[in-house]
Amino acid sequence: MAKTDFGPPDFREMIPPVIKENYGNWKYHTVPRPGVLKHVSHTGAVMHSVRVASPRLVSSDFIRNISDIAEKYCDGFLRFTTRNNVEFLVSDESQLQPLIAELDEKNYLIGGVGLSISNVVHTQGWIHCKSAVTDASGITKGIMDDMADYFTGKIKVPARLRIAVACCVNMCGACHCSDISIVGIHRTIPIINHELASKICEVPTTVASCPTGAIRPNPKEKSILINGEKCMMCGNCTAVCPAIKIMDPVNDGVSIWVGGKVSNARTAPMFSRLAIPFISNNPPRWPEVTDAVKHLVEVWAANARDGERMGEWIGRIGWEKFFKITDLPFTDKHIDDFTHATTTFRSTTQFKF
Amino acid sequence: MDEKKTPLLDELEKGPWPSFVTEMKKAAATNEGAKDLLHMLEKSYEDKLGHWKHGGIVGVKGYGGGVVGRYCDLPEDFPNIKEFHTIRVNQPAGFFYTADKLRELADVWDKYGSGLYNMHGSTGDAILLGTTTANLQPCVDELSEIGFDLGGSGGALRTLSSCVGQARCEKACIDSTGIMHDLTMHYQNEMHRPSWPYKFKIKISACANDCCAASARSDLAVIGTWRDTLKIDMEAVREYVGKGFKIDKLIRKCPTEALEWDAEKQELNVNGEDCVRCMHCINVMPKAISIGSERGATLLVGGKAPVVKGAMIGWVLVPFIKMEAPYTELKDVVDKLTDWWADRAKNRERISELIGRMGLANFLADVGLKPLPQMVHAPRSNPYISWTAEEVNKNG
Repeated sequence: MAKTDFGPPDFREMIPPVIKENYGNWKYHTVPRPGVLKHVSHTGAVMHSVRVASPRLVSSDFIRNISDIAEKYCDGFLRFTTRNNVEFLVSDESQLQPLIAELDEKNYLIGGVGLSISNVVHTQGWIHCKSAVTDASGITKGIMDDMADYFTGKIKVPARLRIAVACCVNMCGACHCSDISIVGIHRTIPIINHELASKICEVPTTVASCPTGAIRPNPKEKSILINGEKCMMCGNCTAVCPAIKIMDPVNDGVSIWVGGKVSNARTAPMFSRLAIPFISNNPPRWPEVTDAVKHLVEVWAANARDGERMGEWIGRIGWEKFFKITDLPFTDKHIDDFTHATTTFRSTTQFKF
Repeated sequence: MDEKKTPLLDELEKGPWPSFVTEMKKAAATNEGAKDLLHMLEKSYEDKLGHWKHGGIVGVKGYGGGVVGRYCDLPEDFPNIKEFHTIRVNQPAGFFYTADKLRELADVWDKYGSGLYNMHGSTGDAILLGTTTANLQPCVDELSEIGFDLGGSGGALRTLSSCVGQARCEKACIDSTGIMHDLTMHYQNEMHRPSWPYKFKIKISACANDCCAASARSDLAVIGTWRDTLKIDMEAVREYVGKGFKIDKLIRKCPTEALEWDAEKQELNVNGEDCVRCMHCINVMPKAISIGSERGATLLVGGKAPVVKGAMIGWVLVPFIKMEAPYTELKDVVDKLTDWWADRAKNRERISELIGRMGLANFLADVGLKPLPQMVHAPRSNPYISWTAEEVNKNG
């Protein structure tokens, strides 16, 4: 039997000597050009990191290619970022320009550092998930084709902008705290296969799974019943009972949320809030979604002050003005009716007309 | 058989951004599973519908998780992905790799799986995307030979994640990668053998910029901070100002007005007591302002995505905790939280939902933590205060 419980490879065996020698002793960093970080230690030691875009879903070819490049210029040392970029860790400064030249030649996009739009954090989608309402990889590709100049630093933005895509409301990744997030949603109540349910449904678990108490037992059919008026189409019941189906290709689609952040810089972390309640799935490129994202980015970039994240900008101008200048309709769908709804109702006469 | 076409997906090979479709095609050139996956995805793009079935339990010897069952609902059309399970491989802290290690991983995965990966999954694992039931055990055996262990799945401690930390960041207040590795090794049993009501996530960011989004997506977020005063290098400040840096704007952005600029003396002063360590001034003046010396972490509890009772950003649980190996104090908090939660939670109830149901004050009493004003935005605004029998005069 194979050994167990030995844990991941120790990262300390996979960091370059310059990191070992300067671990915890870095003094500052600069961004000498878009996509390149220069870290300087208290000892004067220097390391450059060159960041390139990755589609996240990659092949063995991709893995071997980046490994070969890392071996050629970085003594084999590289890492990934929390936003799925690849970083080549350059200890020998004379290797920096040759590395960049080879990356350019091979069409890797260098960027995603500082005042830019970095890679999208996204979920699995139709490629490999049972609960995907949409395909995150396709939407991401569509969005980032539009945003490539923001990634590479050709177009500047007032502050960082983080985009996330989640294929369903499970929101793997920090979608609910992103500057712009795209979330797959259902709009129709689940359908129960009673015959199958009578054989495999764990009724008490399924009843308990519903956050709104919309599910009750159906003893007559040894199944369950869903109260459509209470159901909010979260899909949690479908995760516990395979006899319940919620996928509806005609009515499923995505929603767009704005203004979230996780950083504590200046302002506290914020949730993303609903901007656009629904856009139909339109593969392969989801043009209505990518246009909406482009529009949101452009309006923010044109109006925000330097250093103002999307949510900080909206916080300053107010949501009423946000809807006005983005020309997005505010509807009944924008008013919260779940757990924390009342905390979102305005209790001041301070507002703009 | 005629080569099937993928006109919809082909559209996604156009444009400047690297294409996942190109990656899938590269894998499909030598792998039948990857080929079927590509064609089934084309069908999903036609149907606007996923073709993966509900769950299905698979496993490897000695472990209760780490592999996730996937079966397609069109096995006759796509026989090579009839079974196409995910292997979650615990990533090295900080996502550091060497070329050799990555190649070894690719060699094993080419031998046993689809040759497709997510680098990385949302939680942090290196995701090996698709293999058969029969290949799971030999693949995991060979992964163990090259030093890769599985990550978490199900009602278990999920794979931890951290920012790059002290390895390459001047803002790192704690050794986030070191802490991640230490905790991961300490909690191997909790990760590999699901025994909890639902998932439990721990993520570590070395400062309040929170680059690994710990507060938004982990039940326990460890966020580096300091408790003395940030440091100002006055000469460096003057150099910034001399080069046209807008210091007034920096002062204005300070959330607690803790910074003051004396234009006459060319001095930047901070009122350490009022500073809330938000990182803004350090972010924009990295050469001049740096983190304090008395370093540790703030622990936040309860961050999560919407399912079931709504999304949460973690709440402050421990304002300051020292972070020195072997992190005994932190592990004590982890044990108390997970024990409390595992004893009381309903199926698929995360710890923040349980705290919401039981009350924060009751939770604090149970785990032996003192209520502190740092834990709330504001005190209660309603008069419905709970009192215990011991607190009132029974003869009153």
